[in-house]
Amino acid sequence: MTSAPTPPTGWAAMLARASFIELDARARATALLDAGTARELCGPFDRIESPWLEPQGVVPASDDGVVVVKGELGGRPAVVIGIEQAFQGGGIGEVSGVKIATALSLAARDSRDGTPTVAVLLLETGGVRLQEANLGLATVAEVCSALLELRALQPVIGVIAGALGCFGGMSIAAGLCTRLIMTAESRLGLDGPEVIESEAGVAEFDASDHTLIWAVDGGTQRTRTGLADTLVLDDVAAIRSAVLEATAGGVPAEHRSRRIGELRARLEAVDPGDPPEPAALAAVWARKPPPGDVR
Amino acid sequence: MSRGQSWTQALADGGVRAAVPSVITADAALDGDAARLIAVVPDPRSPYHRAREGEVGLREGLALAEAVTEVVTEDTPLAREARRPIVAVVDLPSQAYGRVEELLGLHDALAAAVDAYARARTAGHPVITFVVGTALSGGLLAHGLQANQIVALDDPGVVIHAMHKEAAARVTLRTVAELDELARRIPPLSYDVADWAKLGLCDELLRVQNAGSPTGEDVRKAKDALAAAVGRARRGPRDLGNRLTSPGASQTRGASRRVREALTAQWR
Repeated sequence: MTSAPTPPTGWAAMLARASFIELDARARATALLDAGTARELCGPFDRIESPWLEPQGVVPASDDGVVVVKGELGGRPAVVIGIEQAFQGGGIGEVSGVKIATALSLAARDSRDGTPTVAVLLLETGGVRLQEANLGLATVAEVCSALLELRALQPVIGVIAGALGCFGGMSIAAGLCTRLIMTAESRLGLDGPEVIESEAGVAEFDASDHTLIWAVDGGTQRTRTGLADTLVLDDVAAIRSAVLEATAGGVPAEHRSRRIGELRARLEAVDPGDPPEPAALAAVWARKPPPGDVR
Repeated sequence: MSRGQSWTQALADGGVRAAVPSVITADAALDGDAARLIAVVPDPRSPYHRAREGEVGLREGLALAEAVTEVVTEDTPLAREARRPIVAVVDLPSQAYGRVEELLGLHDALAAAVDAYARARTAGHPVITFVVGTALSGGLLAHGLQANQIVALDDPGVVIHAMHKEAAARVTLRTVAELDELARRIPPLSYDVADWAKLGLCDELLRVQNAGSPTGEDVRKAKDALAAAVGRARRGPRDLGNRLTSPGASQTRGASRRVREALTAQWR
């Protein structure tokens, strides 16, 4: 499951790399696809904006912060869906959510009709866009449903590169992905540190403690503990090759979110009143070998 | 007793079982169908101290996934149209906000529940959500929003939203009064179930005499509504497409339909 727990960190690799994190969503999506194949759908010039932001005094975006790019990955039909973290904290609203859900459904339709189409999700999001509240929540459910529809037919690869990370309802979508790729800079969690601190107090989670945040939510920890599959260097070529490798793996016999027996064993291995330090969790879970799904 | 408990008990024909103290199940006869009811309820003694008031935490995400998967597995030999309805009785404050939850991967436990509900729906089980109390945020994503049909009580105690009001105001840099004012004009922001029902997600809004402690007539009415929802689910799509074609959606989700049309036209 954990194919590369340690990314290359030698100085030569660090100097030679082209940062993926520094790219915006459109450039990220294009960079992953085979050269010359990228074609954006429902782009900014279609001007389908959120109808809910302007009445609240919030400036909308002509792409609503989600970029859908169709093309090829290693010569196979693919769609890359990128969430732009610079717009409304990557929050999912009505338009952006339906863009993601529809793109996944269309890829599933093509896959059923003889054109297998893989999907890559670039997940930099705080979750539901609270300015669209209930419609954001509803579309996140629709994204999960469409993701599951495609996942049964073709791989859906999640990439969390950073800097924002993947939180809120969209972290559930991350958990549903066929495979999940993260960098050491990225984070994954349901409730972000600030939200936990404001709901439960600083003793529960100190949102100013960055060491704690990355120890719990960081890509290195998530990969070590099997909640993500591949840890990669923040480098365009490294991330593209990890995505190609993940899509080549095809559809697994059993997805992570179906391994309920493993989830049970993991929860039973930890006393919630006295949990291990984050650094010790991987070892605790490794001592409890997955019993195989009893169902 | 929480609303989730009292409605589950009132609807049940036979005993109420506890998979874990915070997730209860029961069976209810709905017009010839034996539906499986599932509810998340408070467990004041939960070892997960941030999940004692009915929040959907790690244990609840796992128990929901197991309870739904059990029905799916048992009914696999049956014809699709004979598979049992699953009714998510929803009364939950939110997901659990806590450190151990994040450490162990709450998103992963909720993904297991979402996966199980969606799997049941695509396998032909009518999945019905019955909102009897609060239904907020990640808790509702895990237990409720993958349903074919959503029925809610028309009652001030029913609140469906992405985040509770004080937190939503804080995150969006507003006062609660400003948020209330905006919610009067912008339906998806509203905390009023009647406004939520206009978004195209609600298949029936049900008025009862006592939403907190249902009367015999309330229970009969709810069973009729749930049985009707089961019928619609069996006749309808197995994906969530009906949420964009419902009468409410034709009013409020024009932007969604524009996206779908444009993307479909440009896809090739």
